[in-house]
Amino acid sequence: MSTTAPLPVQPIPRGTLGRRVGRSLGDWAPAALVFLLGIAAWEGLVRGLAVERFLLPPLSDILRTLWADRSFFIDAGLFTFKEALGGFVIGSAAGMLVALVLARWRPLGRALMPYAIAANAIPIIAFAPITNNWFGLLNPASKMAIAAVLCFFPVMVNTLRGLTSVPPSSIELMRSYAAGEWEIFRRVRIPNALPYVFTALKVATVLAMIGAIVGDYFGGSQEALGIQIRRFAGIFAFEEAWAAILVASVLGIGFYAAVAIAERLALSWHPSVRGSQE
Amino acid sequence: MSRRVSVVSLRGLSKEFSRGGVVALQNIDLEIAPGEFVSLIGPSGCGKSTLLRVIGDLVEPTGGEVVVNGKSARQARLDRDYGIVFQDAVLYDWRTVAKNIALPLEMGGWNRGRRRARVGEMIELVELGGFEGHHPWQLSGGMQQRVSIARALSFDPSLLLMDEPFGALDEMTRERLNMELLRIWERARSTIVFVTHSISEAVFLSTRVVVMSARPGQITGVVEVDLPQPRNAETRGEPRFFELVTEVRERLRAGGLDTAGEGGEEELIAAEEGL
Amino acid sequence: MPVMASAAVATERWSILSADRVRRGASQGAMLLGVLAGLWALWEGFKWFGEAVDLKIGVFVVDDRTLPHLHSIVARLFEPTAVGDRLLTVLLEAALFTAKEAAVGFAMGAAIGFLIAIVLVHSGLLQRGLLPYIVASQTIPILAVAPMVVVWLGGRGLPGWFSVAVIAAYLTFFPVAINTLRGLQSADPRALELMQSYAASRWAILWKLRVPASLPYLFAAFKISATASIVGAIIGELPAGIQDGLGGAILNFNQYYASSPDDLWATNLIAALLGLSFFLLIVLAERLIVRRAPEHVA
Repeated sequence: MSTTAPLPVQPIPRGTLGRRVGRSLGDWAPAALVFLLGIAAWEGLVRGLAVERFLLPPLSDILRTLWADRSFFIDAGLFTFKEALGGFVIGSAAGMLVALVLARWRPLGRALMPYAIAANAIPIIAFAPITNNWFGLLNPASKMAIAAVLCFFPVMVNTLRGLTSVPPSSIELMRSYAAGEWEIFRRVRIPNALPYVFTALKVATVLAMIGAIVGDYFGGSQEALGIQIRRFAGIFAFEEAWAAILVASVLGIGFYAAVAIAERLALSWHPSVRGSQE
Repeated sequence: MSRRVSVVSLRGLSKEFSRGGVVALQNIDLEIAPGEFVSLIGPSGCGKSTLLRVIGDLVEPTGGEVVVNGKSARQARLDRDYGIVFQDAVLYDWRTVAKNIALPLEMGGWNRGRRRARVGEMIELVELGGFEGHHPWQLSGGMQQRVSIARALSFDPSLLLMDEPFGALDEMTRERLNMELLRIWERARSTIVFVTHSISEAVFLSTRVVVMSARPGQITGVVEVDLPQPRNAETRGEPRFFELVTEVRERLRAGGLDTAGEGGEEELIAAEEGL
Repeated sequence: MPVMASAAVATERWSILSADRVRRGASQGAMLLGVLAGLWALWEGFKWFGEAVDLKIGVFVVDDRTLPHLHSIVARLFEPTAVGDRLLTVLLEAALFTAKEAAVGFAMGAAIGFLIAIVLVHSGLLQRGLLPYIVASQTIPILAVAPMVVVWLGGRGLPGWFSVAVIAAYLTFFPVAINTLRGLQSADPRALELMQSYAASRWAILWKLRVPASLPYLFAAFKISATASIVGAIIGELPAGIQDGLGGAILNFNQYYASSPDDLWATNLIAALLGLSFFLLIVLAERLIVRRAPEHVA
């Protein structure tokens, strides 16, 4: 007697594992090939054409240097990474807090937004000597401070954007349930902001590393990576300098990857994570 | 014997938007009785969406009186007397289908067991069995809108406000959901206020069609729809259906279809509410 | 009749718009003053509070050395230096020098980034092979290579400022390449089909459809790169040992911070203004070139 026929809909089938692996192989094969070719070309060209060693030492030499002095490089890397991590945590937390406050008082947030964006145009890293003077040249806090300021602005701007770019009808829906301001934050604005926050946090990992390393160029502890890169480059110790740069790169990629993994876990519901074309 | 109390009672209602001085609604009088299915139809910018939001206390009127279930619109909203369905389904991407439907129940303080039982009933009502764990973006537009309807009905509101709920769907899905909505309405015995652009949809669904004109938004006529209940696929073929469609069309034409520089009602509403 | 009505509505709208514009301009000006005053109050308020309660954060204490009065920083700009010229004159010359390095670097980086994007958009294979590395290279602290670039190019006999420009170019290139690629791909598929229905050549599709579609993305990248090129120029000057730019000035005044902190603060103020003016130049160029709603691009 039902007026409607049963609807001809079925749950969407998930892609089979085999097909997924197949597709990602096709996607990644060219990249893997480029990686191998790149390393072969590096070794081959540098050795074959007898490129001056100060231009670019062969990768194998760099790795050998790195291995020989591994405890030194690892210690320097960890020292700098701690500075970066401290700055990242302080700057990001402050950015999110300020964004929450500005999102709560919308007119204030909207008025200040252009200035926060403009603040991104300031070469903040140039202020590193001032934090060096504030906290002392050898004190990790001086690098943490500059890294924190570098992280603050993108995290704040993006979080605020995420908190406020909610479709009006989503808010109307909550109001129709007689929801208060806090409940709207908890149930709509904050979940809506999470993808924006993670995008900013990934950028912040890079900025934090740059803050910690480049802060050293204005002076810093002998234990730090940036100081060592400058010192090795200055005394033409190229294998050592490249080894230190390699350590910095690996730490940077690792830091970024850690946040990217956290993003995947936290945003498991998000279309970009699940793959919307299932 | 006493006259039944209106679910919605509007007297001398007007709304002027502060930005640009647009008069969205002027002198609106309307009584909606329990169990009615009332459609609001009119050209873009006639204020029908604003009117719906005034009833739901999402937009504040600048003049007149709004009574919902015998109390102020604000009190009715705080008492969660109505469910609302928008043109976009407005589902939260971070919640599964089941959790989206459970949202108003969570906010109403239902315990987990009651919530689960009710969500199960709702899923069955809108025939979405098997999709409970899916996320909104994994569903088609029609299925999303069914989730949205289930969410609006989940806490048994006596009043259902619908703002062009099927406007973005294709004709076939739309007709099927029209049927489903009527079936749900018969079963739940609730009162529905339904905003639409489509004349045939309004006539097919409603017990009364309220025709509005733009600039300023006014009620220009009310058409009683005396088609027999329950309505079905044949209803659309009956001569009386065509007569009523023609009558609504005539009244719309009399009100003037042309709306030069149409206002973008939603924009105005959003600006007004500071969204 | 309806035509006239809509014309009337249109003129009415225009008058509202221009009145709105004047009002908005005035309120924006007031806002700017308000923000500047707010920053000043925050700074001096924090300083006053810190000195009053002997605030200590680790080894950080609030005094005239760590946080000089803002008015004394600004006043310092107009006092003569040891060389004789006013500090402002010295710093503006340094800023001009750094701006030259940054501008040359920006131009090189933007051109290379744009070309790479055009090549990548036409080859899916190259894109899949190279894009992961272009993206991954964004996650490494690129400025760490700056000292090596200086040694490299210095060894080739190139002038020091050019090495610095290369570092600036290096920082400019990545955002431009990535965003241009995204912009070139952002063309509406139906517009692409339309071009194909005209039997348009790849070249025509590129210049008549893809490049115009990419402009908003390009400018979004330019805004990031404008700052990055200044950062690259300032930082590049350090290992290059260049004295004529802002980086050199910062390094120099850093040595005298204990006795005259105002010098370093004033230098950083000029550096900040240089970054802002590069950014505003791009915003201005965007306003002139992209006549579409630019806010819709992240």
